[in-house]
Amino acid sequence: MHTKTIAQLVSGLRSKAFSSVELTRHYLDRINSLDSKYNSFVTVTDDIALAQAEAADQRLAAGDASPLCGIPIAHKDIFCTLGVRTSCGSKMLDNFIAPYDATIVENYQRAGAVMLGKTNMDEFAMGSSNETSYYGPVKNPWNTQCVPGGSSGGSAAAVAALLAPAATASDTGGSIRQPAALCGLTGIKPTYGRVSRWGMIAFASSLDQAGTLTHTAEDAAIMLNAMASFDAKDSTCVDQPLEDYTAPLGDKLDGLTLGIPEEYFGEGLNPQTAERVQAAIKVYESLGAKVKAISLPHTHLAVPAYYVIAPAECSANLSRFDGVRYGYRCAEPKDLADLYKRSRGEAFGDEVKRRILVGTYALSAGYYDAYYNKAQQVRRLIKQDFVEAFKDVDVIVGPTAPNPAFEFGAKGDDPVAMYLEDIYTIATNLAGLPGLSIPCGLVDNKPVGLQLIGNYFAESRLLNAAHQFQLATDFHQQLAPETA
Amino acid sequence: MAVDQSDIEKLAELARLEISPEAASAAAQSISQVLELVGQLQAADTSGVTPMAHPLDAVQRLRADEVTETDQRSSLQAMAPAIEDGLYLVPRVVE
Repeated sequence: MHTKTIAQLVSGLRSKAFSSVELTRHYLDRINSLDSKYNSFVTVTDDIALAQAEAADQRLAAGDASPLCGIPIAHKDIFCTLGVRTSCGSKMLDNFIAPYDATIVENYQRAGAVMLGKTNMDEFAMGSSNETSYYGPVKNPWNTQCVPGGSSGGSAAAVAALLAPAATASDTGGSIRQPAALCGLTGIKPTYGRVSRWGMIAFASSLDQAGTLTHTAEDAAIMLNAMASFDAKDSTCVDQPLEDYTAPLGDKLDGLTLGIPEEYFGEGLNPQTAERVQAAIKVYESLGAKVKAISLPHTHLAVPAYYVIAPAECSANLSRFDGVRYGYRCAEPKDLADLYKRSRGEAFGDEVKRRILVGTYALSAGYYDAYYNKAQQVRRLIKQDFVEAFKDVDVIVGPTAPNPAFEFGAKGDDPVAMYLEDIYTIATNLAGLPGLSIPCGLVDNKPVGLQLIGNYFAESRLLNAAHQFQLATDFHQQLAPETA
Repeated sequence: MAVDQSDIEKLAELARLEISPEAASAAAQSISQVLELVGQLQAADTSGVTPMAHPLDAVQRLRADEVTETDQRSSLQAMAPAIEDGLYLVPRVVE
């Protein structure tokens, strides 16, 4: 059962080849016996899963039409889940039992999906390797000496190791797409505002967006159908009509114009990764797509702008963790200042502290204009690059990450080396555009990701472009060793 | 622009983060690397460019002035580190 896609599991449940309870038990057994190798789950919710599966079986028996009814999924531990620990990968929230469900968690419950558990992640989603989690690093199922990417490393490893058919994730600078690339999965970050952020613990609010990790684009379309909604509780959610992302999956690619940005193939890109990406572009040409060279001239400023804006927003968002209302509190504080400082100092990890300090610096008196305002201006220039490009092309194509999965500790103590792993994904968040990564081959037996970037609210077009590629290739069917 | 250990200690005070002298010294080095990276922004010509706060330039939505939330004090306080009589407890502030 665990080698099936969601689309295949939907048929299996409908044809009564297996029940949701049987399917759920099977995945729980796999998690409980195999996850010690990967550390992809922080919390396994066996009892909730089985109760939800029983309810789903009743709905199925009554003829429920929701495709996700009875399908087990995992949630990144950044999403609040009522009555279940929601840690965000941090000691700060190790004892935090969420008092409500995130909107997307509610959406999946309404669709009848079954929650298997909560997945490991970089602390507060700050990281590209899953090495900053309080619960220890997640291992890449393709090579357990290597990182799974981050920050949604647990969600990616769980799906790649066939411990869940799909998982939710979030992406602030590449945290869905980069782990998808490193673990050989399909990962989509929708347009900013397409999916509610209510109940998703905030890192950088103008960049954060929830999305999914699956094996196929078809599964991503099924998952996104349930996840996307307009939510008045998220003031930045965009009131845009909902669409059925599975509807255009049969469309041919004749006439589609792909833009290939020269800046995404420059220095720093692994030559073998570049070869796989170029070969994938050839596949698109054989499917009828036209290819056009384009330029996104402010690309080199994306990582610098991001590392002002994201830390600035993070320093403001994480000020709510004060040791007073919930979360970690230090022992025997001598006064209120000591309570704040030691609770935060003892519970946040090094990378989170680093970003809080950088953000505090960028927002402090005398530096605001030079750093924060400047970065917000550059952000508009980066967006304008995309607006110009989309006048001529339908989809922008390039690598997702400059390198395949690297070994634990490979980036040492150099934060900038780690930040540059997101060099091709960050601009999409700054512009608020939808982006998707699909597998396009292996280098040293490790997956390489192809990134597709679409115009605002062009998720359908991206998903169909990915689906057509997957009909013509079998990279998405290749499984990590020892998982089947 | 580089920062030193005393700069980090001042920032940590502003951010209410306890930091040991050794950690502040290490942070000074790594944060100087980050500031060197973000220093590349200074070379960009941004004259006349409006700063961008929301990708779709959306403005804050307002809702009707109606009561939508019910009282959840007891369930929200159930996870507080220390409460008494419905109040959050902190060390004495006024002597």
